[in-house]
Amino acid sequence: MKISQKDVEHVALLGRLFLSDEEKENYTRTLNDILGYMELLNQVDTTGVEPTAHVLPLRNVFREDTIKESLPRDLALANAPKAEDGCFKVPRIV
Amino acid sequence: MSLTALTVHELSALLHKGEVTSREITAAYLERIGTVEDKVKAYVTVTAEQALTQAEESDIKRARGEKLSPLSGIPAALKDNMCTHGIKTTCSSKMLENFIPPYDATVAAKLKQAGTVLLGKCNMDEFAMGSSTENSAFFPTRNPHDLTAVPGGSSGGAAAAVAAQEAAFTLGSDTGGSIRLPAAFCGVVGLKPTYGCVSRYGLVAYASSLDQIGPMTRDMTDCALVLNAIAGYDALDSTSAPQAAPDYTGFLTADVKGMKIGLPQEYFAAGMDPRVAALVRQAAAKFEELGARCEEVSLPHTQYALPAYYIIAPAEASSNLARYDGVQYGLRVGADDMVSMYCQTRSIGFGNEVKRRIMLGTYALSSGYYDAYYLKALKVRTLVKQDFDKVFEKYDLLLTPTSPTVAFNYGEKVDDPLTMYLSDVCTIPINLAGLPALSIPFGTVENRPVGVQLIGPTFAEGALIRAGYTLEQNTVLTRIAPVEGGLL
Repeated sequence: MKISQKDVEHVALLGRLFLSDEEKENYTRTLNDILGYMELLNQVDTTGVEPTAHVLPLRNVFREDTIKESLPRDLALANAPKAEDGCFKVPRIV
Repeated sequence: MSLTALTVHELSALLHKGEVTSREITAAYLERIGTVEDKVKAYVTVTAEQALTQAEESDIKRARGEKLSPLSGIPAALKDNMCTHGIKTTCSSKMLENFIPPYDATVAAKLKQAGTVLLGKCNMDEFAMGSSTENSAFFPTRNPHDLTAVPGGSSGGAAAAVAAQEAAFTLGSDTGGSIRLPAAFCGVVGLKPTYGCVSRYGLVAYASSLDQIGPMTRDMTDCALVLNAIAGYDALDSTSAPQAAPDYTGFLTADVKGMKIGLPQEYFAAGMDPRVAALVRQAAAKFEELGARCEEVSLPHTQYALPAYYIIAPAEASSNLARYDGVQYGLRVGADDMVSMYCQTRSIGFGNEVKRRIMLGTYALSSGYYDAYYLKALKVRTLVKQDFDKVFEKYDLLLTPTSPTVAFNYGEKVDDPLTMYLSDVCTIPINLAGLPALSIPFGTVENRPVGVQLIGPTFAEGALIRAGYTLEQNTVLTRIAPVEGGLL
């Protein structure tokens, strides 16, 4: 077992997911299957190999620091589940 | 032959000669959608009224004698993860079920600019995570060639729409095979361009270092025409390649003399349907007959690409999908406190497979496991890429199957995620290396289409188009007719 049900509960919290008991059981089983398959990678000697996060040789893409058109506020808020006074409204934080 | 059975270039020629109007073509497509859509379920949204308006606008411009793009007046559809201004963009997820983007994705804007008629938005695996389109939160899409089979995924709706004559062409997106696999299963042409060739601005992100948009069409000429309309540098996408796109129709020449094509032995490994392998070898023999040289080659790290992908893609997804928090757009559930709002929103808004990949990615990135999983996978990615770099020093293109099997049955793999992941074994290495690859139909096995995959070095879309076109012009096996009739 690579991952226990307790690990699954911990990872779910990190990912901000509530899981039912049935889901916890299912993910414990399927994630173990998948992580078991990942063991294949341990066969590969990666000593001295540089990681590739990105395939294109692009670095820090800049543009001129000029003001451009942006989304009008009413459009930016049009899809908000809750909005008030031109702001996104969320539950009490403090 | 009905209008909906024609290719884009055939329709374009008829429009140019004034033998048909865009309104007539569009009406024919809407009628076709009305006839078969309850069986195929390719669309999440059909935009009938807007489509007819766009068609009329194209007809008016044509009547005025304006110079028009070859795509003007042609009815097309987009996978539902490309933002369309004022038109719902759901990603086939409950999370975005009512999301109406306030802007167009660059590809949507470019097609609009070309005068294309938008018929609607196509069904997909939720957030592009899947290989069968069974992970749509709304309904599965069926394979038009055999309704008991899946269309492949995640761009299953986009492939099925082209195959069932419900759109003249579509755009799909491909993170690990999501254009090529459904193209193969549905008997259409699908191209995943080089990473950075087509702007990702307005494409809902799954795994940003792998995602790429590309055309799904009835033939190679259409593929080149559509790529012409969407390729090129875009300042709105910071990973867009800063170079001008060529005229891809210039590569539509039926000539592969002297071309060197490699057949990577690792792609013909155990688990492959021998009838599929035989067709790929037949395609190789055809290329030889036409003057190309085909030789077996080796990409030794191939078997490690799939496990590396299923660490890298979920890791990027877990980060990308953190934005669905119920605050700025999308679903919101619960309002007691922030954390419970986040958790309830995400638990109800995301489906099974999306949650699995968020968990997998979060685990691979979490403290204590980062080096063992994520960093290891990134190093293996380097080795996979180096295999390709090395082989492309000697060969122009590679030829492989697109999938080890033909379309599997609806429901067959849905309870076994690992087996489902293995469907992408022939397409995933290409995304890790950022290369362009084409799936082109090549015969059938038990009436289900087979696709062969051509892979090229970075920005060799032209060579892929030339090779695909040559094959198409020289064998009827590449011509899998779009499905006629009522699909009974």
